[in-house]
Amino acid sequence: MAILPELTLLVAALAFFTLSMSRHLDGQQLRNAAVFFGFVTAIASLIGLGQEGILFAGSYQVDAFSQYFKLIVGFGLLFVIIGGQNLKDIDLEIRPEYYMFLFLSCLGLMALISAVELITLFVSLELSSFSLYLMVPMRDDRKGLRIQMEAGIKYILFGVLATGFMLYGMSYLFGLTGTTYIKEIIAGLDKMAGQPAALFGVMMILAGFFYKLAIFPMHFWVPDIYQGASNETTGFVATVPKLGAAALLIRFVIMVPGHPQLLVQLMMVLALCSMFYGNLIALVQTDVKRMLGYSGIAHAGFLLLGLLTMKASGYATVMYYISGYVFMNIACYTVLSHVSENGENLSVTDLNGLYKRQPMMALLLAVGLFALAGIPPMVGFMGEFFLLAGALKEGHLVLVILAAINAGIAIYYYLTVIKAAYTADPGDRPGVEISTLTRVGSAALMLIIILMGAFPARIIAYADSAVRTIM
Amino acid sequence: MDCLILNEGFPLLSFLIFFPLAGALVMLYFSGERFARFWTLGITLVEAAASLPLISGFDTTTVKYQFAEAHPWIPQWHINYILGVDGISILLVLLSTLIMPFCVLASWRYIKTRITQFMICLLIMQVSMIGLFVALDFILFWVFWEFMLIPMYLLIAIWGGPRKEYASIKFFIYTMAGSVFLLVAIIALYMQNHSFFIPDMMWKNYSTTFQVLVFLSFFLAFAIKVPMFPVHTWLPAAHVEAPTAGSVILASVLLKMGTYGMLRFCLPITPQATFMLAPYILWLSIAGIIYGGFTALAQHDMKKLVAYSSVGHMGFVTLGIFILNTRGVEGAIMQMINHGVTTGALFICVGMIYERTHSRELRLATGVGKYMPWYVTFLAFFSLSSFGFPGTNSFIGEFLVLAGTFEYNKILALAAIPGTVLAAAYMLRMLQKIVWGGTDNPDQSYLKDLNVREIVTLAPFLFFVFWIGLGPQPFLDMMHTSVTHLLEQLHATGGTGVAATTLLLH
Repeated sequence: MAILPELTLLVAALAFFTLSMSRHLDGQQLRNAAVFFGFVTAIASLIGLGQEGILFAGSYQVDAFSQYFKLIVGFGLLFVIIGGQNLKDIDLEIRPEYYMFLFLSCLGLMALISAVELITLFVSLELSSFSLYLMVPMRDDRKGLRIQMEAGIKYILFGVLATGFMLYGMSYLFGLTGTTYIKEIIAGLDKMAGQPAALFGVMMILAGFFYKLAIFPMHFWVPDIYQGASNETTGFVATVPKLGAAALLIRFVIMVPGHPQLLVQLMMVLALCSMFYGNLIALVQTDVKRMLGYSGIAHAGFLLLGLLTMKASGYATVMYYISGYVFMNIACYTVLSHVSENGENLSVTDLNGLYKRQPMMALLLAVGLFALAGIPPMVGFMGEFFLLAGALKEGHLVLVILAAINAGIAIYYYLTVIKAAYTADPGDRPGVEISTLTRVGSAALMLIIILMGAFPARIIAYADSAVRTIM
Repeated sequence: MDCLILNEGFPLLSFLIFFPLAGALVMLYFSGERFARFWTLGITLVEAAASLPLISGFDTTTVKYQFAEAHPWIPQWHINYILGVDGISILLVLLSTLIMPFCVLASWRYIKTRITQFMICLLIMQVSMIGLFVALDFILFWVFWEFMLIPMYLLIAIWGGPRKEYASIKFFIYTMAGSVFLLVAIIALYMQNHSFFIPDMMWKNYSTTFQVLVFLSFFLAFAIKVPMFPVHTWLPAAHVEAPTAGSVILASVLLKMGTYGMLRFCLPITPQATFMLAPYILWLSIAGIIYGGFTALAQHDMKKLVAYSSVGHMGFVTLGIFILNTRGVEGAIMQMINHGVTTGALFICVGMIYERTHSRELRLATGVGKYMPWYVTFLAFFSLSSFGFPGTNSFIGEFLVLAGTFEYNKILALAAIPGTVLAAAYMLRMLQKIVWGGTDNPDQSYLKDLNVREIVTLAPFLFFVFWIGLGPQPFLDMMHTSVTHLLEQLHATGGTGVAATTLLLH
């Protein structure tokens, strides 16, 4: 029972594998099957919430920390499937494979979150990453530009580079402690506080996850891949995998012995660079996906504010913030995927007058973007507030002021999109049809975004106690 | 927490906050324009009626926060859901509840598209306005302070005039950018007190540097909202483009949030910094008064004229607050209410002309007095009130502020006097043109005078103009205890630091 969500994902992946053999594919049925399995996964992850246990010779740990993340992965996956249900830019013939890789990637993520042994961890990471690498080039090549191939190649090359960093770091840890079990590594490293090699090893591993989270200077893949992949794929790449990265960053930052000033300062610099770089470049983007990509870099920088406190409360905030971030972004990508007529990329002007073309989508977009911009009572505000407050508690006043300035800059580009949707004239742009399923999904997303922000106390408390179990 | 008088019975303040929200949610499920109009009118009327017990139950002899409610919200960070009203906020709460039905009435025919959504925006606006004035937890305050931007942005952006894009985004960015540092200041205060409860932060001996920094970040946020010269430029744009109801809310309630913030936060939390920086703010206020007056004098657009007059009037409010004596502060609070009543009514008047002529150009609205006698009667009284004619409400406020200023510094008071003369000049100019015009008036014979709905909309404003103007004592009584207490505390805690700072400055 402890690995019920993982088993569900595995069954789903196998089911789609079987379906991929079939000659008579029906898009509608495929969609229904995917929504069904997504729903079951979400329920399974909800059931799994209280589970605890250690499996597979101690390499796989199911605890409050992992189950929290799995819950968000489960629901994130469900909303990604609902939001991207039309798969407009994915050829019908390869849709079963597409769904199969989607579920496999989530399986990898869930395993990654639970892995407490370096080899298991690495294998899970590769399972989730390689599925993603394959999903990116699955977009239709209708312009003959092969932009999706370019994105795929970039993604895999940068990804492999990051994996290289990570493996190199892992080899240091193994060399220093003689074990691949994280618990024993922590115990071993505690004895050699101040040992530069230990810090170096951890930092290399962190670099690998900084890549996943798109933190400056490991962010280069983001804009091109967001642009090159189909709207639905980007909606997934930009959201759910970041949960795995955040979870593992927490796991490895905890590993660092002592409270090394060097690491804190490094993360501070990276946080500031990410925020300024992401926000300033997002200001001039016209492609909405690229803009969201750069805003994602800025948000990743914000996330470091919680990590660099190196305290349980800071990690809990990171858990809360990244969960909110996933839902806010899925909300935006749901809109993009529905407004896009044939799956083409959207520029900001393509959203003109969305308010008249489809009020529900315009509302969802507004809620998602206002939340990303950090307007209360949405989840983005509460997360931002907790991060700023936590960092200020540790005495990083300058950092907090600069982060606050960034929150101000970010308003502008979010607002230009909202402005287009609400004030611009739609011209001859057609209306947008949405299904009942999308309607329900959108309403649920909005509720989650607002309720998570209005009542954060219990989530924070749960995350706090969860993160204490792994420290 | 002993400064709260907990409300054991019906949670009146929570009801006032969330009742409009419930009303807005119901509207999501029912369409129909007629329904939307009457439903919203009903909700706002019930809300206004429900706020009346605040007056009868208000104890004018205590400085404590009354009708208080306290519940934990985010215990990890000591954030609580604490509400309460005192002499400073009660009139503003009442102003917000009482003005809303008239906003609905003023939009009855003015808004032609998407009425349901418009009414939802109005109700959500009301949620954040009331919440802001009664919040006693700084994070709760901040939530309402920022959230308010969304409905106001939508009101301007969707139902606004031709330059709505520009105006709405300018409004949003200005106010948002101003309050970026407010949040940092709030967290910094939390670090000192380990509490977000506002009274816990008051009258503490923070270091002078800390006070100055906190004061400046407060002041930037609030000054933009007021708006004070020279950060006022969003206001005319927003006013001109906003629909009538938006302008009324903007002028009557939103601007007061800035001055309310100064009274509630700047003075009690950073008293030394207040004493130190007050002289500069006073001269900024004078600059605002004079500048607002001259610019209003040059306007051809009636809405712009009223908008710039707001800059001048709000200059009087900030002047009254920062001369830091009882007359000044009481006059400032009176002036906040007066400005809400008078300018709100003037915007409704301008909206009524606009509905008929589809223009706000002064030159196209000349000489309507002949055809709209009811209308110009109302307009005349509101204009007289706007420049503080004796017997009207603004006279009381401006007189108190000026009397307080004389007490504080005669030169400052002399500098403020031209502002009142200018106000008379631009208001009489507008009145003269609208009522009589010249020999070259456009043909206005097609104009219909006010109908019953419009008279019902304007009459209560007129009632308050004269009530406050002729018998202001009940209003002053409500605030007197709180204001006296505020200033006593201020001079007790801030006075010690002033000696040192004047030494430093000279």
